[in-house]
Amino acid sequence: MDWLHSLNPTIQDVLSAFGRAILAIIPIFAPVPFIIWYERRLLSWMQDRIGPNRTGNITFSRTSKVVPGFLRGKKFKLFGLAQSMADGLKLFLKEDIMPDKTDRFLFILAPLIALFVALTLGCTIPYGGDTRFTPVADVNIGLLYILAISSLGAYSTVLAGYSSNNKYSLLGGLRASAQLISYELAMGVSLAAMVMTTGSLKMTDIVNAQAQPLFGEISFLHNWNILTPMGFISAVVFFICMLAETNRPPFDLPEAENELVAGYHTEYSTKRWGLFMMAEYMAMFTFSMVFATVFLGGYQLPIRWDALAPLENSYLMGLVVMLFKGAVGLSVYIWVRATFPRLRYDQLMNLGWRFLLPLAVANLMITATWIFATKVYSPTAGWITGIVLYAILFFVWAMVRHRAKKLEPQYRSRSVNMVSSNRRTVEVVSNKEATS
Amino acid sequence: MKITPELIVFAMLAGPAALGAVGVVASKSAVRSALCLVFNFFLLAFLYFSLNMELLGISQIMVYAGAIMVLFVFVIMLLNPKLLEEKRDLKRPIGLLFGFVLFGLLASQILPATINVDAAPVVNQVGSPQLIGDALFTSYVFPFEVVSILLLVGVVGSVFLAKKRTP
Amino acid sequence: MNGVPLAAYLGLSMFMFTTGVVGVIIRRNPIVIFMCIELMLNAVNLAFLSFARYRFATEGHTLAQGMSGPMMVIFVMAVAAAEVAVGLGIIMAIYRLKEEVDVDDLNLIKG
Repeated sequence: MDWLHSLNPTIQDVLSAFGRAILAIIPIFAPVPFIIWYERRLLSWMQDRIGPNRTGNITFSRTSKVVPGFLRGKKFKLFGLAQSMADGLKLFLKEDIMPDKTDRFLFILAPLIALFVALTLGCTIPYGGDTRFTPVADVNIGLLYILAISSLGAYSTVLAGYSSNNKYSLLGGLRASAQLISYELAMGVSLAAMVMTTGSLKMTDIVNAQAQPLFGEISFLHNWNILTPMGFISAVVFFICMLAETNRPPFDLPEAENELVAGYHTEYSTKRWGLFMMAEYMAMFTFSMVFATVFLGGYQLPIRWDALAPLENSYLMGLVVMLFKGAVGLSVYIWVRATFPRLRYDQLMNLGWRFLLPLAVANLMITATWIFATKVYSPTAGWITGIVLYAILFFVWAMVRHRAKKLEPQYRSRSVNMVSSNRRTVEVVSNKEATS
Repeated sequence: MKITPELIVFAMLAGPAALGAVGVVASKSAVRSALCLVFNFFLLAFLYFSLNMELLGISQIMVYAGAIMVLFVFVIMLLNPKLLEEKRDLKRPIGLLFGFVLFGLLASQILPATINVDAAPVVNQVGSPQLIGDALFTSYVFPFEVVSILLLVGVVGSVFLAKKRTP
Repeated sequence: MNGVPLAAYLGLSMFMFTTGVVGVIIRRNPIVIFMCIELMLNAVNLAFLSFARYRFATEGHTLAQGMSGPMMVIFVMAVAAAEVAVGLGIIMAIYRLKEEVDVDDLNLIKG
């Protein structure tokens, strides 16, 4: 590395910035085919089907002379891993169709914005304790950077919807913009509570603050934010907003295929559609890792043990742990997709504005009071204040909910019981009977 | 004035930003105007970073590019106004002439006085989040509260305006 | 940045402001006029911040002096957000009333 140190310092900085950018992009970019395969396999397992399991299997002939002897009759299984590669290849080789009367410039621009957002989102996430390699930019405003860049993601869907010159696409774009604006707010407020407990917007500071013993008492566990009361509520709010930000089920209204064909990307095909998909999966993975950094202790192992400290701070170990946590986040994404039906538009707005935002704001205020009580009196006083306030919050919520149920008629459930309880005769039970 | 690497970086940010500003006025469709403005604001955020104002730069992206302009695009798409045929009337030459005169006046007064002012090293980290938070909640707490009330009034007003009135 | 004169930032700021003024004069679409106003506000923000950096962040000035520029920018942003919400609401209301938005035709108050 001597030749590197002999260079001009400015050039050194530029080179190291490039290197770190590549190191940050590869872990997000490279796993995309595997993520797609993983989603399809996991989803099909949850839905009791098989899914792509045989693309890429190689069976060598038993009799052919061309095959070397030790390979004859051997089977190599890839478990369908080549499926997404084949799909990608197909997408890139198909004829590029651009419908007439589209706004060509915006039509091309939209998937590029999606890709830009997905690639730059992870710039401030530390993948390990080694500050030479990661993060790309350890700036003072790391968490705000993620909020800011993710808010730019709205343009890709909106512009795609607008430029396609198609009513369904336009509806999808409109829905996307309304949804993203609504959920960004709750997301920002829920993260603000975590910024207050940490006292810094820097991602590395947030990770280091979680390296302490749990509650300052239990020495063998890390003080992960998700284990504290305010952190848990923030994590729930943030996770729901994260689903909405990445347009994933049950918040996939912008592309709801049985209402809007495919929403904003109806008119897209080939490479450009592939870019949208890639960007979506990369954004999912990056958001999972943001979640891991803010709430799950970043690149730390779950157990707090001094012997593990040097291992934890090495770049490779941190990367492995982060990717694992990201994969866990992805699994939850897929699990949610397999479990929940899509929300109606009014349910989406109600959830965002009337549940998540008030909850996040209340959590922020309680966190502030908690910190105040801890700083002015003692940690015990902080705990008592916090728990009393959370109890009051729960009480108020229960009361409001009770009254609301009494006052306004609820939307009838749309489900219809198709099979009667004794399972002998099939009869359609009407909606009214089912709910009464 | 000397050509320095920093000046080149500045030109690479400021030139496209100026082009974006022209694009807002010159482009025919409102969506393109909005996009040019987003582009301008995005580059402006990087200029703020170059001035050591990282918090304001990021809030520039978040507030202007991420929230206000999305609202603009949303409204443009909702209204979907036909491309308003800009009539070629006297407004355009008069406006351009006025612009040139205004720019000339401003430039003749400001540029000669500041052409040799270079950046001295920073002693007050005025752009850092901690100091801005400190100032916002101590010496500027009254304007802060007033602005919060203003925002509340804005929210109520826009809800009132957007509501369909039943006679 | 060292090596960039204050005049460069102020020049960009002036240019953006003038463009905004010209846009307000020559365009008819109220939404675009609104955007030009935002452009002018941002030009002013840039001027505020460059003065804060080049003058008040340097030696011989107190922190309170240096803070005034960034504070103004924050308030401008907040006011701009409120203004946009209300302004776009008004444009929507006009559109609902008249089915077209051209500022030259909006002369009901003229009497």
